[in-house]
Amino acid sequence: MDNPAPLTPLQRLGRKPVALACTAILAALALVAVFAPLFFPAAYAAPSPLQYAPPSWAHPFGTDLNGRDLLLRVLMGTRVSLIVGICGAVVSLVIGTAYGLVSGYTGGRIDSAMMRLVDILYSIPRLIFILVLINAFNRNLQNFAAAHDWQTLVDYSSIVILVFSLGIIEWLTMARIVRGQVLALKSRQFVTAARALGQSHLKILLRHLLPNLLGVIIIYLTLTIPAVIIDESFLSFLGLGIQAPHASLGSLLSDGAAAINPLRNLWWTIVFPSAVMALTLLALNFLGDALRDALDPRR
Amino acid sequence: MVAYLLRRLVALGVVLFCVVSATFFLIRLSPGGPFDAERKLPPAIEKQLLAKYKLDGSLWQQYSGYLGDLVRGDLRLSTKYRNRSVNEILAQTLPVTLTLGAAAFLVATLAGVWLGTFAATHHGHAGDTGAMLAALLAISLPSFVIGPLAILIFALWLGWLPVGGWGGLSHLILPAIVLAAPYVATIARLMRGSMLETLNQDFVRTARAKGLRENVVLYRHALRLAILPVISYLGPLAANLLTGSIVVETIFNIPGAGGFFVNSILNRDGFLLGGVIIVYCALLVVLNLVVDLAYTVLDRRIQLDG
Repeated sequence: MDNPAPLTPLQRLGRKPVALACTAILAALALVAVFAPLFFPAAYAAPSPLQYAPPSWAHPFGTDLNGRDLLLRVLMGTRVSLIVGICGAVVSLVIGTAYGLVSGYTGGRIDSAMMRLVDILYSIPRLIFILVLINAFNRNLQNFAAAHDWQTLVDYSSIVILVFSLGIIEWLTMARIVRGQVLALKSRQFVTAARALGQSHLKILLRHLLPNLLGVIIIYLTLTIPAVIIDESFLSFLGLGIQAPHASLGSLLSDGAAAINPLRNLWWTIVFPSAVMALTLLALNFLGDALRDALDPRR
Repeated sequence: MVAYLLRRLVALGVVLFCVVSATFFLIRLSPGGPFDAERKLPPAIEKQLLAKYKLDGSLWQQYSGYLGDLVRGDLRLSTKYRNRSVNEILAQTLPVTLTLGAAAFLVATLAGVWLGTFAATHHGHAGDTGAMLAALLAISLPSFVIGPLAILIFALWLGWLPVGGWGGLSHLILPAIVLAAPYVATIARLMRGSMLETLNQDFVRTARAKGLRENVVLYRHALRLAILPVISYLGPLAANLLTGSIVVETIFNIPGAGGFFVNSILNRDGFLLGGVIIVYCALLVVLNLVVDLAYTVLDRRIQLDG
């Protein structure tokens, strides 16, 4: 710490090759997942008699049970997993930040009651409840959408429900962190000054406290995305998340695991989805850790 | 202490009541009943079926009836696995799940505490960096990535361990390690952080100054204080292991309660689903209480007043 002029967080981040590498990997993955499928021949997405063909030049990742090209399936799956991960994380961010802000700012009994609830929710298998919830609401939403002739919503209702449910699961950590920060911030002078000037509570929360929390929120957003991706894959792995013919990395892994048998080694159905999933999650987690170090040099 | 225990037991009852009610209404309010097949049943038969499974009457009557049965310890009949009661199914499958969970719990805590202590004592050296890198890897890779890969390597290529199923100790090794891996990493991180803090404290210096062996200093003196954050993580750990075992049971074809849980959702088998959820939650709430009590036994500085 012999550096006289403190670096801005962005500069500190720029000095970390790991963080830069992770950003590059994620950007490349996202670009490839979004655009590469456009250049595949249409036949690759359709079932063909070429069941479980090993990797070759025509099919670099091999083919699956229905003879579809696994590379294309993996790319489409990555796309879905990333979208669900990002949207779910944003939902959890909104819930967690609002909860943490209110809890920390109000203080006293309400605060301890709100945090007690978080503690209880932490120790309950939330994913199990969400499974039931998804199942209950998915059919309701599908009926609702069908009644209004919204065909796109009927097709994607399970994904929409999934995004919201996963956001509902993963907000706890965010709420705790935001509350801790608010507790530290609210006794600072700028808050006292704002209150003395007669600003409303809502304005203090949104104008004065929230901007100071942005750094923390961004860090935990990067760390929530992989958590949501894991949850989504967990559900899809059990056959309760993304439904066929859609694919996510989790459902592809589930197909691969289901194909395990002692007679024929279909390693490509496991290795390739695993590798892409591992790469995505590792890059996100490393980036989140690097961001945390950059914004909070004390750790 | 007694007052605290009583208050916790009351809170425990309230949480369980909320869990039971939430489960019941979620299941009953989701569209579609357990007997909706492609072919419509004759009304008389459907009525008899509903009566047999106690699904007739108003929602309130069903709810109070269910609560009454639960108090008597009756989890009712499964609507899918005809003529088998939920109690029977759970009595067969729960021991399997609990064995797997307990094994993973042991692996996670022992390996995690050891790894964290190791990293802390090698702070700043290659051992620390290596251990923490391994921890980040294990946290980032969920069981459904590690599991199939582990089967591929250790069962199919090397042939050391069985592909799946349930039987002797050899069937337990891979699933327990796969289930425990991310939590070994989480505990190792917690342990490393608190051990680093503890090792800087005066009583550790005193112990060293007395000429105690390093192992005694570490495991007799420092560990007692440094392990507290790990103890408070054991509650969430148990919850995560129970949830995670659903996937691990699926990967390794283990006949535990997890498989029945997934199927009960797909089959709309309400009472089986409710039974699994209620038993899981009851287990966890009790475990959490035990953890909190263990915490106070280990750390006398803490006064129970919550």
